Amino acid sequence: MIADLGYAAILIAFLASIYAPIAAYYGVRNDKPRWVESGRNAILIIFFLVALACGLLILLLLTNEFSITYVWEVSSRDMPVYLKVAALWGGQRGSILFFNFMLAAFTAAAMARNWRNERAIMPYAIIVGSFSLIFFLGLTLFLENPFQRVGVATAEGSGLELLISTPVTYVKNIFERPGIIPDDGRGLPALLRHPVMIIHPPMLYLGYTGFTVPFVFAMAALMAGKFNEGWIRITRRWTLVAWLFLGLGVILGGRWAYDVLGWGGYWAWDAVENSSLLPWLTGTAFLHSVMIQEKRGMFKGWNVALIIITYLLVVLGTLNVRGGLVSSVHAFAQSNIGWLLLLFLTYMIVFSIYWVVKKRDQLESENHINSFLSREAAFLGNNLLFLLITVIILFGTYYPRISELFAGQEVTVSGPFYEKATGPLFAILLLLMGIAPLTMWYRTGIGRLRKMTIGPAAGSTLLVIAMFFLGVKNWIALVGFWIISFSAFITFLEFGRAMNARVRSKGENPISALAALVARNRRRYGGYIIHLGVLTMAMGIISTELYQQETQVRLMRNESLTLGDYTMTFRGMEQRAGVDDTEIIEATVDVYKGDRLVRTLHPRTERFMRTGEDMSIPAVRMTVTEDFYVLLINWEGMSSNEATFKAYLNPLINWVWAGAFVFIFGTLVAAWPDPADEKVSVSKMTKERLAIGGAPGD
Amino acid sequence: MLGSEAPKQVMDDRRMKNFQRRDSGKRMALFVLLMVLFLFSVFPVSAQEPTRVITDDEVNNVARELFCPICENTPLDVCETQACKDWRETIRDKLAGGQSDEQIMDYFADQYGVRALAEPPAEGITLPLWLVPILIIPAAVVFFGLYLKNIKRSAVGSSEAAAVVSQPTTDIAGDPDQDQDPYVARIERELREK
Repeated sequence: MIADLGYAAILIAFLASIYAPIAAYYGVRNDKPRWVESGRNAILIIFFLVALACGLLILLLLTNEFSITYVWEVSSRDMPVYLKVAALWGGQRGSILFFNFMLAAFTAAAMARNWRNERAIMPYAIIVGSFSLIFFLGLTLFLENPFQRVGVATAEGSGLELLISTPVTYVKNIFERPGIIPDDGRGLPALLRHPVMIIHPPMLYLGYTGFTVPFVFAMAALMAGKFNEGWIRITRRWTLVAWLFLGLGVILGGRWAYDVLGWGGYWAWDAVENSSLLPWLTGTAFLHSVMIQEKRGMFKGWNVALIIITYLLVVLGTLNVRGGLVSSVHAFAQSNIGWLLLLFLTYMIVFSIYWVVKKRDQLESENHINSFLSREAAFLGNNLLFLLITVIILFGTYYPRISELFAGQEVTVSGPFYEKATGPLFAILLLLMGIAPLTMWYRTGIGRLRKMTIGPAAGSTLLVIAMFFLGVKNWIALVGFWIISFSAFITFLEFGRAMNARVRSKGENPISALAALVARNRRRYGGYIIHLGVLTMAMGIISTELYQQETQVRLMRNESLTLGDYTMTFRGMEQRAGVDDTEIIEATVDVYKGDRLVRTLHPRTERFMRTGEDMSIPAVRMTVTEDFYVLLINWEGMSSNEATFKAYLNPLINWVWAGAFVFIFGTLVAAWPDPADEKVSVSKMTKERLAIGGAPGD
Repeated sequence: MLGSEAPKQVMDDRRMKNFQRRDSGKRMALFVLLMVLFLFSVFPVSAQEPTRVITDDEVNNVARELFCPICENTPLDVCETQACKDWRETIRDKLAGGQSDEQIMDYFADQYGVRALAEPPAEGITLPLWLVPILIIPAAVVFFGLYLKNIKRSAVGSSEAAAVVSQPTTDIAGDPDQDQDPYVARIERELREK
């Protein structure tokens, strides 16, 4: 009954997603706003219906309703409650339903929030927004029905036949109750039984689906012929939201890999990882170049192209994860819907190109770049770098497929290729991150630039020389550290200069001056905070990439291994039953730094009795400067007192996570909604500013 | 003739000695070989022990450069399937047999195809992979340069450019904050429009 209700909700939502664009189109064509409103209401209803369907599926998961195939596949009685809820996105069918929920939520929120201000483009926003909804709701309805029952006839056939027979079979099954209901489910794969499972997929989905909103607004503005108006403003904010979630999803994925996958790292250049990084990169490019459009009315076509590319990369990424396009460690959730996603992708490409070409006159620049040394040129350089990195990663990700298709030979494209091909580009990007904030719109005097960079350059050089004598001899690391410290110095100086100006002119104390500064121009200083976060992460990434140490040794009890300054002594093994139907084999090791015992760690192997899967869970001693990360690789029975350990020493790895927090904070500073900002008119603001007397130069 | 024969005799003697020496060397070798064979038959286990013990670290050093030929995108040094454990033992044996890292990597590439290599070689099937970054990066730099050059040339004549170019020069000494401030930018825009 609950399942039937869920399926009915999806069916009605699907019908509503077809109705919405028709109503909106009819309304805008015949100038009947009520029809447009009806279209919007249909979108809002879709959201509630899909939310209901998700809620019902969660209910089925929580009540161990193993008569439902999906519940049987991803849940089991022994799973803790949080995992049962997370199982909603633990398998293919549920995750597509969940994707639908996020998509509907974003589309509905965008409609509700921007309805009043952006009325003119809304009918088109409904139309474009419905495309994605129709497609993904259709997937759930026709192919990936999570409410399917076990033990009954499943839909068969191929192509169109299958599409039609799925709902028909389902309805028939309502009246033919299955005889045997399984007593227990299979449960989630071992890899997914982790607390981060609760948050990593939702964050990524929020990022993925979030990027549809900028796409919807951009296309709608183009179609409506209102391209020069406020759409770019709302788009920017929505992009920031999607960008934050996607970034968080990527970082959480890295953290998960570090905690669970047991290879001492956090990023493997896996195809699915790359797929999530790609839209983030183009989204970052857009967030920068959009400023040129806002300030100078330039790069309109370019910005639309970036939004479209970002959206298409999201669809491609979905195709990748859900459709099994490329081989990946994420292969646990995919099925044969790839061809449909490919069709959708092609349709969206044609659709976007058609409208961009048709409305190309709207996309012409109002201005030109004046100088090589200008903010505009710096942003253009930034965009170019981001795009180059995107193209290289995209090419690398799909190259195995290309070579398989054309030469019948599979190849591996992994870390070494990406690092060599994109490393220098990332380095230039970090350098630009330091210099760009010093450039000014229109043109910057070379003297001014020289004056402002000479201090940071000298400081960084001294720092790097000091590092050299402290033992950092790797030239890549030295160049990297120079660039990072150079950019960080400049960013801090930017804060300092503006803060000082405020302290001098207003007599504020430095802290409140800093707070006021950030509050007054949150977008800019939020951006700087993000830059500092990225620099911190870069520091951690370079250090772990170049200075990670590892060793693998078989130890008898009370024998030791050494790694860097650390000595690790194997003390004993223990076997016990864990939660969640696992058997835990846990080693106890003492970690010494020099002669001092700093920590007792317990690396362990979890064996999932049901499936026989083994998971090697590392134990880590974390400090600001390094992680001592140890894995129990192998053991020879409980009694033989012999085990193999693999230990890693990861310098500055925690800077990656710390930088991530700074990055999140900066994004929140920049993106937090500001009601006053949206209502106060330009002239009013001007008056206010003139009355206060503001910063020097006003 | 005699004079010429004498040295020949000496030569022959020397040759003879040499031959004997070589011969005794051969005999020695034969003896050692027999001894070794004997030892082999008597202590088969200890005799098979390689001259050098290969540590896990040495194995992993090579395995890191290889990818598991069956698992999905997993480096051989971290893969925990039985097949990969066996492959690591293969590496260990080959290292013990005195093969170099390169030889072992070549062996894996021959046996399992290029996909067994972590870093695709810049040749054959994976050459285009390397060519793309090598070609597009300079192309992008050239494009960027030409674009800015063109824009600059076309902008010099226009009155719009002249008007704005004169404006920021006054900013240079001023507050760096000022030129990017959105409020100020708005004021400027408004003033210009009036």
